[in-house]
Amino acid sequence: MSARYEVSIEHKHEPESADGGKRHPNTCPRCGSHYRDDELAATLRVCPHCGYHFPLRATERILQLVDVGSFVEESAELRSDDPLEFFDLRPYKERLAEAEVATGLGEAIVIGQAAVGGTPCELSVLDFAFMGGSMGSVVGEKFTRACESAAERGIPVVSVTASGGARMQEGILSLMQLPKTVCAVEMLHDAGGALLSVMAHPTTAGVLASFASLGDVIVAEPGALTSFAGPRVVAQTTREKLPDDFGLAESNFRYGHLDAIVPRSELRHYVARFLRLFGNGAERG
Amino acid sequence: MVPSEAELRLRERLSRLRSLRLPGGVRVSREVERLEGQLERLSEEPPSDDQIWRQVELARHEERPYTLDYVERIFEDFIELHGDRTRADDPSVVVGLAHFRGRTVALIGNQKGRNLKERVHRNWGMAFPEGYRKAMRVMELADRHGFPLISLVDITGANPGLAAEQHGQGGAIARSQARMLRLEVPTVACIIGEGGSGGAIATAVADRVLMQEHAIYTVISPEGAAAILWRSEEEEEKRRAAAAFKPDARHCLALGVIDEIVPEPDGGAQNDYDEAARLLGTALSDALEVLEGVPGDVLRRRRRERYRSIGVVTTA
Repeated sequence: MSARYEVSIEHKHEPESADGGKRHPNTCPRCGSHYRDDELAATLRVCPHCGYHFPLRATERILQLVDVGSFVEESAELRSDDPLEFFDLRPYKERLAEAEVATGLGEAIVIGQAAVGGTPCELSVLDFAFMGGSMGSVVGEKFTRACESAAERGIPVVSVTASGGARMQEGILSLMQLPKTVCAVEMLHDAGGALLSVMAHPTTAGVLASFASLGDVIVAEPGALTSFAGPRVVAQTTREKLPDDFGLAESNFRYGHLDAIVPRSELRHYVARFLRLFGNGAERG
Repeated sequence: MVPSEAELRLRERLSRLRSLRLPGGVRVSREVERLEGQLERLSEEPPSDDQIWRQVELARHEERPYTLDYVERIFEDFIELHGDRTRADDPSVVVGLAHFRGRTVALIGNQKGRNLKERVHRNWGMAFPEGYRKAMRVMELADRHGFPLISLVDITGANPGLAAEQHGQGGAIARSQARMLRLEVPTVACIIGEGGSGGAIATAVADRVLMQEHAIYTVISPEGAAAILWRSEEEEEKRRAAAAFKPDARHCLALGVIDEIVPEPDGGAQNDYDEAARLLGTALSDALEVLEGVPGDVLRRRRRERYRSIGVVTTA
């Protein structure tokens, strides 16, 4: 028994991988345990050994949350343009095309109508696998449409975020998506609609500093980074010794920025309860 | 580049103004004049990469006038207000009330320091959440008493610090924008130096957004962009990043992010504070004049429509 514990401690701060290659997506980065696809699927991609929440693709997230067959995607046809003709190490257009091929998604966000626990809602899910879930014009537009659609139908919005922040390749226009999405939440609220914001790992920078922080109720997954600036940037700039839980959901909960930390296994029930509480409150607008 | 959209917006506003037959003829014709000036700027040749870097240098110039330099030259009866009524007073954000050409206005401004001691005191102009909360308190005050709001933006970027995170920087920036989108008083923002990322947008969501000729407005600093996108700290990548982001006023106008470029004295505002303040004062006053008299709910609706429609998307 004790030998087993030692192994997991040894792996606790394991670097990306000993031989410099990529870790297998089913290997837990926290405890080093390895699982088959069906094992992880059965636990909603949460490590049964240490509780680490593996990242979820938008489609997996939607399947986990909504009632079977209830999801109807909206605005799937929207694509990013390249208004700045942006070129860093590679052209932005090339990065977009590559992300689309790699993820099977048109952009870093999926929105649509759904029902959870029998109550209808509008769902907005960011996918970190598409350029770090970054928010450019399309993410801003689709989130806005989700709010408008919800306001029109008098139902709440459930937003799940996983994003590094603004899409830098769209320059100042990506910064403008902050007020744009804030505006969408304001209009939703004026119409009597509610927003549940679920922060998955990571929810940082421009997304944290806009719609994700404006939920009527804000929750996060365990261990999710939910700080504006990442720990590396803060440590480099300030040369401060940072606490181990810097910017994590657990720390933000303690400081009063979150309503709850909800493990993935309970998220569906939490969303269903939220929808029952807010589900018929949108008719007063 | 897509200058067409910004150009269309300016042209539409122009034709709407020209078709007006109002008693305030002088007021309208001045607005027409100004819009024509902005259109002319759009038709000029966009700045080269070297010129863009020059803008970055000027926007960060050590001698560039800061908020308080303008306050003493543009406003009268200024009283500074302090504290966020929750926890602390953040000296990197200056707020207050003042007389401005016959009316009382509420003022918000980022404030940098001129020497090391001041810079430490002002935290290099980088606001803490307390600063955004102080700003929100003044927005509410303005709304309550019907004072127009003027916001002068000059911040390198949000605050990369432990305390800023613990005190809820992300949420404070989000709520500050929400508060600005809810106001029913005229609001004018002007980027007077660095308009850096979340720190800038927190207090820049206004009915009219102006930008000084040599200011910059950007989603990330050239240094940050070089580090993240180019994975480099070299000077050359910094310059390349700056050029790629097109943070200069001319590009921001073309992208429809700002409404107007405010001219500066020859060579930059640092060369003549009085003249820079005179030009800024005139621009602020003209912007307010256009907004005053418009009902609060209309202001709010138009402000929201403006931000609702910003961005460039296409379809598969």
